[in-house]
Amino acid sequence: MQIKVKFFASLSEQTGLAEITVDADNPATVLDTWKLATGDQTMPVNTLCAINMVYAHLDDNISDGDEIAFFPPVTGGCA
Amino acid sequence: MTALLRSEAFDPWQELAHIESGLVKGAHGACASFVGTMRDFNVGDHVHSMSLEHYPEMTQQFLDKICAEATSRWDLIDCLIVHRYGEIKPGEPIVLTAAWSAHRAEAFDACRYLIEELKARAPFWKKETTDTGERWVHDAPGE
Repeated sequence: MQIKVKFFASLSEQTGLAEITVDADNPATVLDTWKLATGDQTMPVNTLCAINMVYAHLDDNISDGDEIAFFPPVTGGCA
Repeated sequence: MTALLRSEAFDPWQELAHIESGLVKGAHGACASFVGTMRDFNVGDHVHSMSLEHYPEMTQQFLDKICAEATSRWDLIDCLIVHRYGEIKPGEPIVLTAAWSAHRAEAFDACRYLIEELKARAPFWKKETTDTGERWVHDAPGE
């Protein structure tokens, strides 16, 4: 399966990755794409993830063509 | 309902006036709004500037979703979110949420819902420049 994987904010800096396409086995989970994309780097605590721009869990299954995103806790808005 | 992402500084009062100009006169009795502005301090440090990163497609989708949720949950005439991204200076507005309704309770509740949901879940990340360098706000002590 061809999976697009995106990294944001501090996770992009830590992994050295912004966007990468990986070839994942079927079935595979969100966590599998992290391992494939980062070469099995340690995932920081509190990492959040999304499948096709909807919040997801690391053990959720993915499908061919999905866009997976990994990012740290969000800090929008203010005060 | 409208959710806008802006790379340039915006005037929240002009944004409110623009929406109001499109509403039927006399239909709403209340408008509640919240404006969040960048401070020049955070967790004890002076902050010179801030860079606000986001996940563009997911952010737009998320802001549209919470506007739709607010509209279905309360009897609103309209609602608005405007949020900055990119380079921001102290004193500049970061976010505006607003809700229009016949009576004040719905406007207050919906306006608060929009800012609280946005803050908790919208995919934005702040990076501050302080006297000692740059840091991600989620990594700042006390955050």
